[in-house]
Amino acid sequence: MTMKPLNDERVEGLIANLLRAGVLISALVVIGGAVPYLAESPRAHVDYRTFHSEPDNLKSVAGIIHTALSGDPRGIMQLGLLLLIATPIARVMFSAVAFAMEGDLMYVGFTLIVLAVLLYSLFGSFLIA
Amino acid sequence: MNVLEFTFLVWAGSLVAGFLGSLTGLGGGVVLVPLLTVFFHVDLRYAIGASLVSVIATSSGSAAAYVKEGFSNIRIGMFLEIATTIGALFGAYLTAKVPANAIAIIFAIVLLYSAYVSRRTRPRTDVEQPPDPQATKLKMNGSFPDTSGVRHYNVYHVPAGFGVMWIAGALSGLLGIGSGALKVVAMDQAMKIPFKVSTTTSNFMIGVTAAASAGVYLSRGYIDPSLAMPVMIGVLIGSLMGTKVLVKTQTKSLRLVFSVVIVLLGLEMMLKGLTGGLK
Repeated sequence: MTMKPLNDERVEGLIANLLRAGVLISALVVIGGAVPYLAESPRAHVDYRTFHSEPDNLKSVAGIIHTALSGDPRGIMQLGLLLLIATPIARVMFSAVAFAMEGDLMYVGFTLIVLAVLLYSLFGSFLIA
Repeated sequence: MNVLEFTFLVWAGSLVAGFLGSLTGLGGGVVLVPLLTVFFHVDLRYAIGASLVSVIATSSGSAAAYVKEGFSNIRIGMFLEIATTIGALFGAYLTAKVPANAIAIIFAIVLLYSAYVSRRTRPRTDVEQPPDPQATKLKMNGSFPDTSGVRHYNVYHVPAGFGVMWIAGALSGLLGIGSGALKVVAMDQAMKIPFKVSTTTSNFMIGVTAAASAGVYLSRGYIDPSLAMPVMIGVLIGSLMGTKVLVKTQTKSLRLVFSVVIVLLGLEMMLKGLTGGLK
């Protein structure tokens, strides 16, 4: 094995880079959608006084990806926000792998519980919503 | 207001909120919801959706800096995230059941409480106690770099900390905030974790906690991209500016000003909630 041992310090460094990259990428995608959104109809009237929920294609993971790929500016911004929400989830997945490589099965278990809650929220919460 | 004006003003307001939040250590999220609802007349659900997204951005952005310094304890964070994420899911679920006016009143209480916590000086009696068997079993005792080399610490009262963390998670999910103040209380006061480790680990946990309710918010349609965009970008830039200035400024008077702002916003939210100003 030529790989450096995966000690706590190295794991922390990798987590820091993962978080930074996630925030940067999502911010860039959000800005990438914001530019055409603002150019499209800058003088349109806005009103957030009343809540009427988002359209279905901006509410689910599959819908957002589909809408963003079709080039819709609001879809692209929502994809950026989705990537942002996914950043801590990626961090937790990474932690699970890191704990497993350290042989700390107890913490692999704890991490998987957290991961299950996060994935349920993102993919299964429409069941209770 | 048209799209351009609204986006710019919300962006500017969020930038200031993020800047002051990071400079004072109180977090920008706590003022965002009152800012959006009181000044921009945004519906409470859209406001908490946008706020929660910005909380993930600032937590992940600043955690990156803290993790490298070696203060945050990843094991404590991960174990307590079980409590905060389950709490957050519960809180997000409640948002649809609890009337907006009640949420506004709870929000006001949290605002006033966090202003109080930030003003209080904390007397700490650090007497050496034998390590707690539960914390030892959970491998929570750790160390961090100090001026005089490496300082070791023990962790106590794990069940109490876990309980407070559940409440912090529930409030985060209900109100779209990071609940940083309460997370620090759980670790610093209940579990006797050193303050520096508590604050950085709390920051580290906020993003994961917020992600647990963000999924629910998303599927309920609380997250509007046109509103969340200027909020997220504004708060992110503001808080990055805050961390850059942090080292150079005297934050004491600024903390006082920001606390006063928080109290005023809290009272305004309370009034709105009590008079039924929110739907």
